[in-house]
Amino acid sequence: MADIAYAKIVRDGLWHNNQSLVALLGLCPLLATTTSATNGLGMGIATTAVLLLSNVTISLIRRLVRPEVRIPVYVVVIASFVTVVELLMKAYFHELNQVLGIFIALIVVNCTILGRAEAFASKNPVGAAAVDGLSIGIGSTAALVALGALRELLGQGTLFAQAHLMLGDWARVLELELVAGFHGALAAILPPGAFIGLGLLIALKNVIDKRLARKAEAVPVAPAQPAQAG
Amino acid sequence: MTARFPIVIAGVLLSLFSVAGAGLVAVTHVATAERIAHNERQALLDQLTVLVPKERVTNDMAGDAILVSDRERLGADRTTVYRARAGDSPLALILTAVVPDGYAGPINLLVAVLADGTLGGVRVVSHKETPGLGDKIEEQRTDWIHGFAGKSLSNPDPAHWKVRRDGGDFDQFTGATVTPRAIVKAVKNTLLYVKEKGDVLYAPADSVHARALLGSTG
Repeated sequence: MADIAYAKIVRDGLWHNNQSLVALLGLCPLLATTTSATNGLGMGIATTAVLLLSNVTISLIRRLVRPEVRIPVYVVVIASFVTVVELLMKAYFHELNQVLGIFIALIVVNCTILGRAEAFASKNPVGAAAVDGLSIGIGSTAALVALGALRELLGQGTLFAQAHLMLGDWARVLELELVAGFHGALAAILPPGAFIGLGLLIALKNVIDKRLARKAEAVPVAPAQPAQAG
Repeated sequence: MTARFPIVIAGVLLSLFSVAGAGLVAVTHVATAERIAHNERQALLDQLTVLVPKERVTNDMAGDAILVSDRERLGADRTTVYRARAGDSPLALILTAVVPDGYAGPINLLVAVLADGTLGGVRVVSHKETPGLGDKIEEQRTDWIHGFAGKSLSNPDPAHWKVRRDGGDFDQFTGATVTPRAIVKAVKNTLLYVKEKGDVLYAPADSVHARALLGSTG
């Protein structure tokens, strides 16, 4: 693998192999924390940080680790980074930590991270692993924010409420209240709303993919290579 | 060696990574511990100061606390009581009362009782009530919890310390009566506890009187 197809890694991470919408990995944090767009963003950033750190580390040590103990080693690496991220959040984003609290520790068992360690980082050089971690992380963050925004809008009629707790006072411009006094559809905030919302997002992605594929077919000078399998 | 004892090498590798991981966590812990403690103290202090007349407080409320025990009145075996003082005179007590019979489990409260027996205010610290129904007890959602400020055991009289549906003076929510009913009862019980114990609750933390409040469970 002389030259690495960075563009493909990015495209896969963000869209074609989006861990939340295609691979359907890491659903526990996705469903549990997305009661608002702000929560989704916070969880997404924390996950991305862990993913980037663990991918880089595992890629660096990939020749060192014997196959018999690779999974325990990955788990140790991931668990250490999650604890570090948790401590940093408590120190610097105390209020957000109170909201996300327990779910941060659960990043350890997010299969996306172990999955990328095993499937990608352990077989690729550091640069590619870093790009992969970042792309996968941003792809998952996008899904978290989208689902959070959807549920918050339907359930509460607001968007990015309390974003200033995480991002500082400037973020108040993001905070949006659609209709004053609109209390929303309770179901969207409750757990079933998470499943329904996720289903809708996956359906939306599939519709977009189909449209794109049809468009690609319609163009006569399309390259012989068939479109990527979604 | 490598071929004969692969498992030993693997074991050594795994231990090395564990040590390195633990080291990383330890270093981060040391680097952030002070800031985390400061954050937690500040968050606690922020919660406490809104419930008392803060311009008159002269002591460090977060540091001036005792543990008491009265499951019947305060809902838990251990209840922290923070004391606000103006110089030497007592100003207010803030109790971490627990509502044992919320709709979806215990509800943690902060109940501030001023020295004259009126409520400085009540806040919900954490709860598991139904979103959209029972969660109207949160300050961010409705003003309901503010309704306790200024109330006491003589205003309204004890017989009216109930939600309206039960013939009392406190509002319930449409679709959620259990939660407000439980909170009203717990706040009333807290007031009764403070009334029963009286000035002992302001006793210095290391005094015999203060320690006696913890009872035999201490």
